[in-house]
Amino acid sequence: MSLYFTKEHEWVRVEGDVATVGISDHAQEALGDIVFAEVPDAGRTVAKGDDAAVVESVKAASDVYAPVGGEVVEGNAALADDPSLINRDPEGDGWFFKLKLSDPSELEGLMDEAAYREWVKTQ
Amino acid sequence: MTGFKGLGGVTETTENLAKLPLDSWHRSKGGRMVPFAGYEMPVQYEGIMAEHLWVREHAGLFDVSHMGQLLFHGQDIDRALESLLPGDLLALKDGRLRYSMLLAEDGGIIDDLMATRRGDHFYLVVNGATKHGDIGEFERRLPRTIAMDHMKEQALLALQGPKAVDALEAIVAGVRELSFMQASLFHWNGKPLWISRSGYTGEDGFEISVSGRDVEALADALVADERVKPIGLGARDSLRLEAGLPLYGHDLDGGTTPVMADLNFAIGKRRRAEGGFAGALRIMAELENGPVQKRVGLLVDGRQPVREGALILDSEGSEIGRVTSGGHSPSLGRPIAMGYVATAQSEAGTTLTLEQRGKLFQATVAPTPFVPHRYHRKQGAVA
Repeated sequence: MSLYFTKEHEWVRVEGDVATVGISDHAQEALGDIVFAEVPDAGRTVAKGDDAAVVESVKAASDVYAPVGGEVVEGNAALADDPSLINRDPEGDGWFFKLKLSDPSELEGLMDEAAYREWVKTQ
Repeated sequence: MTGFKGLGGVTETTENLAKLPLDSWHRSKGGRMVPFAGYEMPVQYEGIMAEHLWVREHAGLFDVSHMGQLLFHGQDIDRALESLLPGDLLALKDGRLRYSMLLAEDGGIIDDLMATRRGDHFYLVVNGATKHGDIGEFERRLPRTIAMDHMKEQALLALQGPKAVDALEAIVAGVRELSFMQASLFHWNGKPLWISRSGYTGEDGFEISVSGRDVEALADALVADERVKPIGLGARDSLRLEAGLPLYGHDLDGGTTPVMADLNFAIGKRRRAEGGFAGALRIMAELENGPVQKRVGLLVDGRQPVREGALILDSEGSEIGRVTSGGHSPSLGRPIAMGYVATAQSEAGTTLTLEQRGKLFQATVAPTPFVPHRYHRKQGAVA
């Protein structure tokens, strides 16, 4: 299992050829109280950089990019009824979607956890 | 994530921003400062949702020192102001305030404001983002016999919520005697405070004009009460939206009139009969025949907030207006909005479609306030 982060404040946890995607603790903290999340349905294919999900806080709406491309195998159904899960456990139960990686080389160039935590301090 | 620039995707520049007298106080309380109306202001402390609900249950302290506080002196000041404002100011008693609007000659709203008769002068509180423009309008359009003083040295606090009266009474005896839309001079530790029973949340509460030199000590004394917490602009916005109160620059602007904005209550009965205020011809015709468009409240189906700028469509899919404010209602746990629609579609219960970023939402025209007002009106008093 490996954990990666993007400069768009998403995390990607890779197990085998499946990647789980969510937003970082820093992102949920900056967004504030999250009141809505829309995740992609299983079967949808997304390319790296596509808008894949939507997250809305009391103040603003943001799109969540697909940090890597692939076929969505599961959206987190729990977020529809309880979007505040993203505030409470952003890097765990508050995950957005899982996808089957189409090109594992897209993971190259993402930050590892230590690099992200350092980088985010400068933001 | 896209559009991710911290809370709200704020794009206003952070250069040349003024600081509030309480700037360091906000930061020491954990306030997250954002640019607003030319100032750095706290958008939140612990979180918008928690702060919003705290105000509905307890009491919240808001720093609204960015707003403009103006004093007007001169002979027949009430008559002079009546040429620009549609309210009945001649009938306004000493120590009473009234919601009103500064109108353009075409009846468009230049700003909305609170006007208080204070002895032989009038005290006006206007919006922060528009205060400099307002000052120019007053200077240009009032007779030369009227003198205006912009009280730049004064800070303004709002204490709002069901516990506000007990919290303020504990340090300023006598404030509980004020009724809604009444004001008076009080003292706290020998410092003068001009206090009105008014606010922008729909709750009982007070607005307190205090010298910028004394505001920090007063804010400390207020939040020392465990019923009081500091509240940011984020919750101020969601509270006023639930209360159905319009926000200038969003729900009101130069293209809207008081009648379009459904603010007819602010046009005095005598004024409707006599006219004699800026835009009176158009406004009186709209009162008679109905405006083309009208501001309404909207209950949005589902959970996703529909925000300012969304299109409002009729059953044929034609655009009949725009959402001017919208978001999640913490008290109701659902999305609410306000916007302008063709008057024919403004009846409560009318079903409409909203379009935001290519996605359609169902909405129903709803009476406002969404959350009932809980103002402290004296028995027998008239709103």
